[in-house]
Amino acid sequence: MKDQVAIVGIGETSFGKGFTESELELGCSAIRNALQDAGIAAGEVDGVACYTMEETPEFEYARNLGFGDLSFFSRVHYGGGAGCGIVGQAAMAIATGQANVAVVWRARKRSGKASRVWAQTPPRLNNHWKWSQPWGLLRPVDEVALLARRYFHDHGASRDTLGHIAVTLRNHALNNPRAMMHNRPLSLAEYQAARMISDPLCLFDNCLESDGAVAVVLARRDHAQDCRQRPAYIHAWSQGLARGQQNMPDVFGADPFASASAVAARKLWQGSDIGPADIQVAQIYDAFSPLILFSLEAYGLCGRGEAAAFVESGGIAVNGGRLPVNTAGGSLSEAYIHGFNLITEGVRQLRGTAQNQVAGAATCLVTSCDATPTSALLLRN
Amino acid sequence: MAAEAWILPVTDNPVDAAFWAATRQGRLLVQHCEACASHHFPPRVFCPGCHGPLAWVPAGESGRIWSFVTVHPPLLPAYQALAPYRVVVVEPEGVPGIRMIGNLLTTPDADIGASRDTAIAIGDRVRLCFRQLTEDVTLPCWIRISSKEN
Repeated sequence: MKDQVAIVGIGETSFGKGFTESELELGCSAIRNALQDAGIAAGEVDGVACYTMEETPEFEYARNLGFGDLSFFSRVHYGGGAGCGIVGQAAMAIATGQANVAVVWRARKRSGKASRVWAQTPPRLNNHWKWSQPWGLLRPVDEVALLARRYFHDHGASRDTLGHIAVTLRNHALNNPRAMMHNRPLSLAEYQAARMISDPLCLFDNCLESDGAVAVVLARRDHAQDCRQRPAYIHAWSQGLARGQQNMPDVFGADPFASASAVAARKLWQGSDIGPADIQVAQIYDAFSPLILFSLEAYGLCGRGEAAAFVESGGIAVNGGRLPVNTAGGSLSEAYIHGFNLITEGVRQLRGTAQNQVAGAATCLVTSCDATPTSALLLRN
Repeated sequence: MAAEAWILPVTDNPVDAAFWAATRQGRLLVQHCEACASHHFPPRVFCPGCHGPLAWVPAGESGRIWSFVTVHPPLLPAYQALAPYRVVVVEPEGVPGIRMIGNLLTTPDADIGASRDTAIAIGDRVRLCFRQLTEDVTLPCWIRISSKEN
Protein backbone atom coordinates (compact mmCIF):
# COMPACT_ATOMS: atom_id res chain seq x y z
CA MET A 1 0.00 0.00 0.00
CA LYS A 2 3.09 2.20 -0.37
CA ASP A 3 1.99 5.82 -1.11
CA GLN A 4 -1.49 4.62 -2.12
CA VAL A 5 -3.26 6.60 0.61
CA ALA A 6 -2.61 10.14 1.80
CA ILE A 7 -3.48 12.45 4.64
CA VAL A 8 -5.45 15.09 2.76
CA GLY A 9 -6.86 17.14 5.62
CA ILE A 10 -5.82 18.11 9.13
CA GLY A 11 -7.85 19.83 11.81
CA GLU A 12 -7.27 20.96 15.38
CA THR A 13 -9.02 22.82 18.13
CA SER A 14 -7.03 25.23 20.26
CA PHE A 15 -5.08 23.55 23.06
CA GLY A 16 -5.35 24.51 26.73
CA LYS A 17 -6.70 23.72 30.15
CA GLY A 18 -10.15 23.79 31.69
CA PHE A 19 -12.12 23.95 28.44
CA THR A 20 -15.89 24.12 28.92
CA GLU A 21 -16.67 22.22 25.70
CA SER A 22 -17.30 18.47 25.92
CA GLU A 23 -14.92 16.01 24.34
CA LEU A 24 -17.54 15.36 21.65
CA GLU A 25 -17.74 19.07 20.84
CA LEU A 26 -13.95 19.33 20.67
CA GLY A 27 -13.72 16.25 18.47
CA CYS A 28 -16.48 17.51 16.16
CA SER A 29 -14.66 20.84 15.75
CA ALA A 30 -11.35 19.18 14.89
CA ILE A 31 -12.96 16.77 12.40
CA ARG A 32 -15.00 19.57 10.78
CA ASN A 33 -11.80 21.60 10.42
CA ALA A 34 -9.97 18.63 8.89
CA LEU A 35 -12.76 18.02 6.35
CA GLN A 36 -12.80 21.72 5.42
CA ASP A 37 -9.03 21.66 5.07
CA ALA A 38 -9.33 18.73 2.67
CA GLY A 39 -12.33 20.11 0.81
CA ILE A 40 -14.24 16.87 1.37
CA ALA A 41 -17.91 16.78 2.40
CA ALA A 42 -18.76 14.96 5.64
CA GLY A 43 -21.24 12.78 3.74
CA GLU A 44 -18.34 11.22 1.83
CA VAL A 45 -16.81 9.80 5.01
CA ASP A 46 -17.33 6.03 5.14
CA GLY A 47 -14.49 4.97 7.46
CA VAL A 48 -13.38 5.97 10.95
CA ALA A 49 -10.72 4.90 13.42
CA CYS A 50 -9.84 6.09 16.91
CA TYR A 51 -8.10 5.17 20.16
CA THR A 52 -9.84 2.63 22.43
CA MET A 53 -9.34 5.25 25.14
CA GLU A 54 -11.63 7.61 23.23
CA GLU A 55 -14.66 8.04 25.47
CA THR A 56 -17.17 8.97 22.77
CA PRO A 57 -18.57 6.21 20.54
CA GLU A 58 -18.04 6.54 16.79
CA PHE A 59 -21.77 6.81 16.07
CA GLU A 60 -21.94 10.07 18.02
CA TYR A 61 -19.39 11.61 15.70
CA ALA A 62 -21.08 10.11 12.65
CA ARG A 63 -24.53 11.45 13.52
CA ASN A 64 -23.31 14.85 14.67
CA LEU A 65 -21.03 15.50 11.72
CA GLY A 66 -23.29 13.91 9.11
CA PHE A 67 -21.01 11.15 7.92
CA GLY A 68 -22.31 8.76 5.25
CA ASP A 69 -22.90 5.08 5.85
CA LEU A 70 -19.79 3.69 7.54
CA SER A 71 -18.27 0.52 6.12
CA PHE A 72 -15.12 0.60 8.27
CA PHE A 73 -14.65 1.42 11.95
CA SER A 74 -11.79 0.31 14.12
CA ARG A 75 -9.99 1.12 17.34
CA VAL A 76 -6.48 0.49 18.60
CA HIS A 77 -5.54 -0.06 22.22
CA TYR A 78 -2.55 0.90 24.42
CA GLY A 79 -3.06 4.61 24.95
CA GLY A 80 -0.32 6.68 23.37
CA GLY A 81 0.86 3.70 21.34
CA ALA A 82 -2.28 3.84 19.21
CA GLY A 83 -1.97 7.13 17.30
CA CYS A 84 -0.05 6.08 14.21
CA GLY A 85 -1.74 2.68 14.27
CA ILE A 86 -5.24 4.04 13.81
CA VAL A 87 -4.07 6.16 10.88
CA GLY A 88 -2.34 3.12 9.43
CA GLN A 89 -5.38 0.86 9.89
CA ALA A 90 -7.69 3.41 8.29
CA ALA A 91 -5.23 3.79 5.41
CA MET A 92 -5.16 0.02 5.02
CA ALA A 93 -8.95 0.00 4.88
CA ILE A 94 -8.85 2.54 2.05
CA ALA A 95 -6.07 0.71 0.21
CA THR A 96 -8.06 -2.53 0.35
CA GLY A 97 -11.33 -0.92 -0.70
CA GLN A 98 -13.16 -1.22 2.62
CA ALA A 99 -13.56 2.56 2.69
CA ASN A 100 -13.00 5.58 0.45
CA VAL A 101 -12.63 8.47 2.87
CA ALA A 102 -11.67 7.97 6.49
CA VAL A 103 -11.38 10.31 9.45
CA VAL A 104 -9.16 9.53 12.44
CA TRP A 105 -9.02 11.63 15.59
CA ARG A 106 -8.20 12.08 19.25
CA ALA A 107 -10.34 14.28 21.49
CA ARG A 108 -9.37 14.63 25.08
CA LYS A 109 -9.98 16.58 28.24
CA ARG A 110 -6.91 15.61 30.14
CA SER A 111 -6.43 18.74 32.24
CA GLY A 112 -8.97 17.48 34.81
CA LYS A 113 -7.08 15.54 37.48
CA ALA A 114 -9.75 12.85 37.71
CA SER A 115 -9.18 12.02 34.03
CA ARG A 116 -5.69 10.64 34.65
CA VAL A 117 -5.64 6.89 34.47
CA TRP A 118 -3.26 6.46 37.37
CA ALA A 119 -5.56 8.48 39.64
CA GLN A 120 -8.29 5.89 39.27
CA THR A 121 -7.89 3.02 41.70
CA PRO A 122 -9.70 -0.22 41.14
CA PRO A 123 -10.70 -2.14 44.28
CA ARG A 124 -8.14 -4.91 43.58
CA LEU A 125 -5.82 -5.35 40.63
CA ASN A 126 -6.14 -8.52 38.59
CA ASN A 127 -4.24 -7.49 35.47
CA HIS A 128 -0.54 -7.00 34.71
CA TRP A 129 -0.42 -3.91 36.93
CA LYS A 130 -0.58 -6.18 39.98
CA TRP A 131 3.18 -6.72 39.44
CA SER A 132 4.08 -3.02 39.82
CA GLN A 133 1.43 -0.79 41.36
CA PRO A 134 1.20 -2.40 44.83
CA TRP A 135 4.81 -1.25 45.41
CA GLY A 136 3.84 2.34 44.60
CA LEU A 137 4.98 2.35 40.98
CA LEU A 138 1.71 4.04 40.12
CA ARG A 139 2.16 6.34 37.18
CA PRO A 140 3.51 6.07 33.64
CA VAL A 141 6.24 8.56 34.63
CA ASP A 142 7.52 6.14 37.28
CA GLU A 143 7.78 3.36 34.75
CA VAL A 144 9.64 5.53 32.25
CA ALA A 145 11.91 6.86 35.03
CA LEU A 146 13.08 3.30 35.76
CA LEU A 147 14.17 2.94 32.14
CA ALA A 148 15.73 6.41 32.11
CA ARG A 149 17.91 5.60 35.15
CA ARG A 150 19.04 2.36 33.50
CA TYR A 151 19.77 4.20 30.24
CA PHE A 152 21.89 6.74 32.15
CA HIS A 153 23.81 3.85 33.71
CA ASP A 154 24.34 1.99 30.44
CA HIS A 155 25.28 4.95 28.26
CA GLY A 156 26.63 7.70 30.50
CA ALA A 157 23.70 10.06 29.94
CA SER A 158 22.35 12.31 32.68
CA ARG A 159 19.58 14.72 33.58
CA ASP A 160 21.47 17.26 31.50
CA THR A 161 20.73 15.13 28.46
CA LEU A 162 17.01 15.24 29.20
CA GLY A 163 17.28 18.96 29.95
CA HIS A 164 18.55 19.48 26.41
CA ILE A 165 15.46 17.73 25.09
CA ALA A 166 13.07 19.78 27.22
CA VAL A 167 14.75 23.08 26.35
CA THR A 168 14.98 22.27 22.63
CA LEU A 169 11.29 21.40 22.40
CA ARG A 170 10.40 24.50 24.40
CA ASN A 171 12.39 26.58 21.93
CA HIS A 172 10.33 25.03 19.14
CA ALA A 173 7.11 26.04 20.89
CA LEU A 174 8.10 29.65 21.54
CA ASN A 175 6.97 30.94 18.16
CA ASN A 176 4.10 28.46 17.71
CA PRO A 177 0.92 30.35 18.56
CA ARG A 178 -1.00 27.07 19.04
CA ALA A 179 1.45 25.87 21.69
CA MET A 180 0.46 26.02 25.34
CA MET A 181 4.05 27.11 26.04
CA HIS A 182 4.07 29.79 23.33
CA ASN A 183 6.30 32.69 24.45
CA ARG A 184 7.29 30.90 27.68
CA PRO A 185 11.04 30.23 27.52
CA LEU A 186 12.71 27.50 29.57
CA SER A 187 16.41 27.49 30.49
CA LEU A 188 18.59 24.53 31.37
CA ALA A 189 19.03 26.07 34.84
CA GLU A 190 15.25 26.20 35.32
CA TYR A 191 15.03 22.61 34.17
CA GLN A 192 17.69 21.54 36.69
CA ALA A 193 15.93 23.41 39.51
CA ALA A 194 12.47 21.96 38.84
CA ARG A 195 10.77 19.71 41.35
CA MET A 196 11.21 15.99 40.96
CA ILE A 197 8.23 13.85 39.95
CA SER A 198 9.95 10.49 39.71
CA ASP A 199 13.68 10.94 40.21
CA PRO A 200 15.56 11.09 37.79
CA LEU A 201 12.60 12.74 36.00
CA CYS A 202 11.42 16.23 36.96
CA LEU A 203 8.38 18.30 36.08
CA PHE A 204 9.74 19.35 32.67
CA ASP A 205 10.38 15.75 31.62
CA ASN A 206 6.60 15.28 31.68
CA CYS A 207 4.16 16.26 28.96
CA LEU A 208 1.60 18.98 29.43
CA GLU A 209 -1.91 18.15 30.59
CA SER A 210 -4.12 19.42 27.80
CA ASP A 211 -7.67 19.72 26.56
CA GLY A 212 -8.16 19.66 22.82
CA ALA A 213 -8.76 17.55 19.75
CA VAL A 214 -6.89 16.70 16.57
CA ALA A 215 -8.16 14.98 13.42
CA VAL A 216 -6.93 13.88 10.02
CA VAL A 217 -8.74 12.90 6.80
CA LEU A 218 -7.43 10.11 4.59
CA ALA A 219 -8.16 9.42 0.94
CA ARG A 220 -6.87 7.25 -1.90
CA ARG A 221 -4.04 8.61 -4.02
CA ASP A 222 -6.16 9.51 -7.06
CA HIS A 223 -8.69 11.27 -4.85
CA ALA A 224 -5.94 12.98 -2.84
CA GLN A 225 -4.57 14.71 -5.91
CA ASP A 226 -7.92 16.52 -6.36
CA CYS A 227 -8.08 17.74 -2.78
CA ARG A 228 -7.44 21.26 -1.59
CA GLN A 229 -4.05 20.62 0.06
CA ARG A 230 -0.81 19.01 -0.94
CA PRO A 231 -1.14 15.31 0.05
CA ALA A 232 1.10 13.75 2.69
CA TYR A 233 1.42 10.18 1.42
CA ILE A 234 1.59 7.28 3.83
CA HIS A 235 4.70 5.66 2.43
CA ALA A 236 4.80 3.00 5.16
CA TRP A 237 3.29 2.32 8.55
CA SER A 238 3.63 -0.33 11.21
CA GLN A 239 2.59 -1.55 14.61
CA GLY A 240 4.79 -3.27 17.18
CA LEU A 241 4.26 -5.48 20.23
CA ALA A 242 7.46 -7.29 21.10
CA ARG A 243 7.78 -10.97 21.93
CA GLY A 244 7.14 -11.40 25.63
CA GLN A 245 6.32 -7.70 26.12
CA GLN A 246 3.60 -6.60 28.48
CA ASN A 247 2.09 -3.15 28.58
CA MET A 248 3.75 -0.61 30.86
CA PRO A 249 5.90 -1.18 32.82
CA ASP A 250 7.99 -2.99 30.24
CA VAL A 251 10.99 -3.93 32.38
CA PHE A 252 10.45 -7.68 32.36
CA GLY A 253 11.51 -8.49 28.78
CA ALA A 254 14.97 -9.55 27.65
CA ASP A 255 15.91 -6.07 26.37
CA PRO A 256 13.56 -3.29 27.48
CA PHE A 257 15.31 -0.88 25.11
CA ALA A 258 14.58 -3.00 22.04
CA SER A 259 10.90 -3.59 22.54
CA ALA A 260 7.74 -2.33 20.80
CA SER A 261 9.49 0.47 18.92
CA ALA A 262 12.17 -1.87 17.61
CA VAL A 263 9.47 -4.20 16.25
CA ALA A 264 7.58 -1.30 14.67
CA ALA A 265 10.84 0.08 13.23
CA ARG A 266 11.81 -3.22 11.63
CA LYS A 267 8.43 -3.53 9.93
CA LEU A 268 8.40 0.13 8.91
CA TRP A 269 11.78 0.06 7.18
CA GLN A 270 10.99 -3.31 5.54
CA GLY A 271 8.00 -1.71 3.87
CA SER A 272 9.80 1.43 2.82
CA ASP A 273 11.91 2.56 -0.15
CA ILE A 274 13.85 4.88 2.14
CA GLY A 275 15.86 4.34 5.29
CA PRO A 276 16.59 6.14 8.55
CA ALA A 277 19.32 8.27 6.92
CA ASP A 278 16.73 9.72 4.51
CA ILE A 279 14.48 11.14 7.24
CA GLN A 280 14.57 14.94 7.25
CA VAL A 281 12.27 15.67 10.18
CA ALA A 282 10.72 13.49 12.89
CA GLN A 283 7.80 13.80 15.27
CA ILE A 284 8.59 11.44 18.15
CA TYR A 285 6.13 10.58 20.90
CA ASP A 286 7.24 12.48 23.97
CA ALA A 287 4.85 12.06 26.86
CA PHE A 288 8.18 11.83 28.75
CA SER A 289 11.49 13.21 27.53
CA PRO A 290 13.47 9.92 27.70
CA LEU A 291 11.13 8.36 25.13
CA ILE A 292 12.83 10.54 22.52
CA LEU A 293 16.21 8.95 23.33
CA PHE A 294 14.79 5.44 23.25
CA SER A 295 12.89 6.06 20.01
CA LEU A 296 15.79 7.74 18.16
CA GLU A 297 17.76 4.55 18.75
CA ALA A 298 14.97 2.04 18.16
CA TYR A 299 14.12 3.55 14.76
CA GLY A 300 17.79 3.58 13.75
CA LEU A 301 18.06 7.37 13.66
CA CYS A 302 20.97 7.06 16.12
CA GLY A 303 23.11 4.09 17.07
CA ARG A 304 22.52 2.29 20.36
CA GLY A 305 23.60 4.58 23.20
CA GLU A 306 24.32 7.46 20.83
CA ALA A 307 21.08 9.43 21.17
CA ALA A 308 22.26 11.25 24.30
CA ALA A 309 25.29 12.78 22.59
CA PHE A 310 23.12 13.53 19.56
CA VAL A 311 20.57 15.59 21.49
CA GLU A 312 23.26 17.27 23.59
CA SER A 313 25.02 18.45 20.44
CA GLY A 314 21.82 20.06 19.14
CA GLY A 315 20.95 17.28 16.71
CA ILE A 316 17.17 17.55 17.24
CA ALA A 317 16.93 21.35 17.07
CA VAL A 318 15.22 23.11 14.17
CA ASN A 319 18.08 25.56 14.16
CA GLY A 320 21.04 23.61 12.85
CA GLY A 321 20.12 20.09 13.90
CA ARG A 322 20.70 17.15 11.57
CA LEU A 323 17.24 15.78 12.42
CA PRO A 324 14.78 18.34 13.83
CA VAL A 325 12.37 16.60 16.21
CA ASN A 326 8.94 17.75 17.43
CA THR A 327 9.12 20.96 15.51
CA ALA A 328 5.91 22.42 16.99
CA GLY A 329 7.03 21.75 20.56
CA GLY A 330 5.64 18.24 20.93
CA SER A 331 3.80 16.89 23.94
CA LEU A 332 6.29 18.58 26.25
CA SER A 333 5.65 22.11 25.01
CA GLU A 334 2.85 22.31 22.39
CA ALA A 335 0.09 20.12 23.85
CA TYR A 336 -0.48 16.53 24.87
CA ILE A 337 -3.25 15.20 22.69
CA HIS A 338 -2.01 11.66 23.15
CA GLY A 339 0.57 12.17 20.43
CA PHE A 340 -1.96 12.93 17.69
CA ASN A 341 -0.76 16.54 17.27
CA LEU A 342 2.59 15.07 16.22
CA ILE A 343 0.86 13.70 13.11
CA THR A 344 -0.65 17.04 12.09
CA GLU A 345 2.74 18.73 12.56
CA GLY A 346 4.31 16.08 10.35
CA VAL A 347 1.77 16.89 7.64
CA ARG A 348 2.42 20.63 7.94
CA GLN A 349 6.15 20.00 7.49
CA LEU A 350 5.46 18.09 4.25
CA ARG A 351 3.13 20.82 3.02
CA GLY A 352 5.80 23.43 3.78
CA THR A 353 3.46 25.31 6.12
CA ALA A 354 4.99 24.58 9.55
CA GLN A 355 5.82 27.38 11.93
CA ASN A 356 9.35 26.01 12.23
CA GLN A 357 9.61 24.77 8.69
CA VAL A 358 12.47 22.42 7.88
CA ALA A 359 13.52 23.66 4.45
CA GLY A 360 12.44 21.31 1.70
CA ALA A 361 11.27 18.56 4.06
CA ALA A 362 10.06 15.68 1.90
CA THR A 363 10.06 12.84 4.46
CA CYS A 364 8.78 12.73 8.03
CA LEU A 365 8.79 9.91 10.54
CA VAL A 366 6.02 10.02 13.15
CA THR A 367 6.11 7.62 16.09
CA SER A 368 3.74 6.64 18.88
CA CYS A 369 4.58 5.72 22.48
CA ASP A 370 7.82 3.80 22.98
CA ALA A 371 6.78 2.53 26.41
CA THR A 372 3.67 0.64 25.25
CA PRO A 373 2.79 -1.54 22.27
CA THR A 374 3.18 1.06 19.56
CA SER A 375 3.01 2.18 15.93
CA ALA A 376 4.70 4.45 13.42
CA LEU A 377 4.02 6.35 10.19
CA LEU A 378 6.41 7.26 7.42
CA LEU A 379 5.03 10.24 5.52
CA ARG A 380 6.33 11.89 2.37
CA ASN A 381 5.10 14.42 -0.13
CA MET B 1 -0.52 2.25 57.33
CA ALA B 2 -4.07 2.08 56.01
CA ALA B 3 -3.93 -1.06 53.90
CA GLU B 4 -7.45 -0.52 52.58
CA ALA B 5 -6.24 2.60 50.75
CA TRP B 6 -3.33 0.68 49.25
CA ILE B 7 -3.44 -0.75 45.73
CA LEU B 8 -3.72 -4.46 46.35
CA PRO B 9 -3.56 -7.45 44.01
CA VAL B 10 -6.14 -10.19 43.63
CA THR B 11 -4.39 -13.18 45.21
CA ASP B 12 -6.69 -16.07 44.28
CA ASN B 13 -6.35 -15.93 40.49
CA PRO B 14 -5.40 -19.51 39.54
CA VAL B 15 -2.55 -18.31 37.31
CA ASP B 16 -0.64 -16.64 40.14
CA ALA B 17 -2.25 -17.74 43.42
CA ALA B 18 0.80 -19.91 44.19
CA PHE B 19 3.03 -16.82 44.07
CA TRP B 20 0.95 -15.00 46.68
CA ALA B 21 0.52 -18.11 48.83
CA ALA B 22 4.30 -18.49 48.92
CA THR B 23 4.91 -14.85 49.89
CA ARG B 24 2.59 -15.38 52.87
CA GLN B 25 5.00 -18.12 53.93
CA GLY B 26 8.08 -15.98 53.35
CA ARG B 27 9.13 -17.54 50.06
CA LEU B 28 9.66 -15.95 46.65
CA LEU B 29 8.71 -18.23 43.73
CA VAL B 30 8.89 -17.89 39.98
CA GLN B 31 7.80 -20.26 37.25
CA HIS B 32 10.17 -22.72 35.57
CA CYS B 33 9.89 -24.93 32.50
CA GLU B 34 12.04 -28.00 32.88
CA ALA B 35 11.88 -28.89 29.18
CA CYS B 36 13.01 -25.43 28.04
CA ALA B 37 15.21 -24.71 31.08
CA SER B 38 13.58 -21.27 31.24
CA HIS B 39 12.25 -19.12 34.08
CA HIS B 40 9.16 -16.92 33.77
CA PHE B 41 7.83 -13.90 35.61
CA PRO B 42 5.25 -12.32 35.74
CA PRO B 43 3.33 -15.61 35.81
CA ARG B 44 1.97 -17.31 32.71
CA VAL B 45 -0.70 -19.93 32.02
CA PHE B 46 1.88 -22.34 30.60
CA CYS B 47 5.36 -22.18 29.10
CA PRO B 48 5.38 -19.71 26.18
CA GLY B 49 8.20 -21.74 24.62
CA CYS B 50 6.63 -25.22 24.49
CA HIS B 51 3.13 -24.86 26.03
CA GLY B 52 4.18 -27.39 28.63
CA PRO B 53 3.46 -27.08 32.35
CA LEU B 54 5.32 -24.62 34.54
CA ALA B 55 6.54 -25.51 38.03
CA TRP B 56 7.02 -22.99 40.84
CA VAL B 57 10.63 -22.77 41.98
CA PRO B 58 12.35 -20.50 44.52
CA ALA B 59 14.23 -17.41 43.41
CA GLY B 60 17.41 -16.47 45.25
CA GLU B 61 17.15 -14.61 48.52
CA SER B 62 19.49 -11.93 47.27
CA GLY B 63 19.73 -10.02 44.04
CA ARG B 64 21.08 -6.95 42.34
CA ILE B 65 19.44 -3.64 41.58
CA TRP B 66 18.73 -3.28 37.84
CA SER B 67 17.24 0.20 38.20
CA PHE B 68 15.43 2.35 40.73
CA VAL B 69 13.39 5.54 41.08
CA THR B 70 12.54 7.88 43.90
CA VAL B 71 8.84 8.58 43.66
CA HIS B 72 7.58 12.09 44.50
CA PRO B 73 4.02 13.51 44.61
CA PRO B 74 1.42 13.89 43.22
CA LEU B 75 0.30 10.39 44.19
CA LEU B 76 -2.72 8.55 45.53
CA PRO B 77 -3.24 9.61 49.17
CA ALA B 78 -2.00 6.39 50.80
CA TYR B 79 1.26 6.62 48.87
CA GLN B 80 1.60 10.40 48.97
CA ALA B 81 1.80 10.27 52.76
CA LEU B 82 4.99 8.17 52.51
CA ALA B 83 6.67 9.96 49.60
CA PRO B 84 9.36 10.31 48.54
CA TYR B 85 9.93 6.56 48.50
CA ARG B 86 12.09 4.13 46.58
CA VAL B 87 10.94 1.59 44.02
CA VAL B 88 13.57 -0.80 42.69
CA VAL B 89 13.80 -3.34 39.91
CA VAL B 90 15.77 -6.32 41.14
CA GLU B 91 17.31 -9.25 39.32
CA PRO B 92 17.15 -12.07 41.89
CA GLU B 93 20.03 -14.53 41.91
CA GLY B 94 19.51 -18.04 40.63
CA VAL B 95 16.78 -17.20 38.12
CA PRO B 96 18.50 -15.78 35.02
CA GLY B 97 16.57 -13.20 33.04
CA ILE B 98 14.01 -12.52 35.75
CA ARG B 99 13.36 -8.96 36.96
CA MET B 100 10.93 -7.93 39.67
CA ILE B 101 9.60 -4.66 40.96
CA GLY B 102 9.82 -4.06 44.69
CA ASN B 103 10.40 -1.51 47.40
CA LEU B 104 13.74 -0.75 48.98
CA LEU B 105 13.31 -0.95 52.75
CA THR B 106 15.64 -0.24 55.65
CA THR B 107 14.08 -2.99 57.80
CA PRO B 108 11.21 -5.36 56.99
CA ASP B 109 8.88 -3.34 59.23
CA ALA B 110 9.85 0.09 57.91
CA ASP B 111 7.60 2.32 55.85
CA ILE B 112 8.51 2.48 52.17
CA GLY B 113 9.64 6.09 52.65
CA ALA B 114 12.32 5.19 55.19
CA SER B 115 14.84 4.27 52.49
CA ARG B 116 14.65 7.62 50.74
CA ASP B 117 18.14 8.67 51.91
CA THR B 118 19.81 5.27 51.51
CA ALA B 119 22.65 5.61 49.02
CA ILE B 120 22.05 3.11 46.26
CA ALA B 121 23.34 2.45 42.78
CA ILE B 122 22.54 0.11 39.95
CA GLY B 123 24.32 -3.18 40.61
CA ASP B 124 24.10 -2.96 44.40
CA ARG B 125 23.31 -6.22 46.21
CA VAL B 126 20.03 -6.49 48.07
CA ARG B 127 18.46 -9.21 50.18
CA LEU B 128 14.88 -10.37 50.13
CA CYS B 129 12.40 -9.50 52.86
CA PHE B 130 8.62 -9.55 53.12
CA ARG B 131 6.10 -6.94 54.07
CA GLN B 132 2.60 -8.06 55.05
CA LEU B 133 -0.17 -5.61 54.10
CA THR B 134 -3.35 -7.62 54.68
CA GLU B 135 -4.29 -11.16 55.63
CA ASP B 136 -3.73 -12.33 52.05
CA VAL B 137 -1.27 -9.77 50.61
CA THR B 138 2.42 -9.99 51.45
CA LEU B 139 4.79 -8.12 49.16
CA PRO B 140 8.36 -9.20 48.48
CA CYS B 141 10.72 -6.27 49.17
CA TRP B 142 14.47 -5.69 49.35
CA ILE B 143 17.09 -4.36 51.77
CA ARG B 144 20.45 -3.08 50.52
CA ILE B 145 23.40 -5.15 51.74
CA SER B 146 26.40 -3.88 49.78
CA SER B 147 27.61 -1.91 46.81
CA LYS B 148 28.11 -3.51 43.44
CA GLU B 149 31.79 -4.12 44.06
CA ASN B 150 31.02 -6.60 46.84
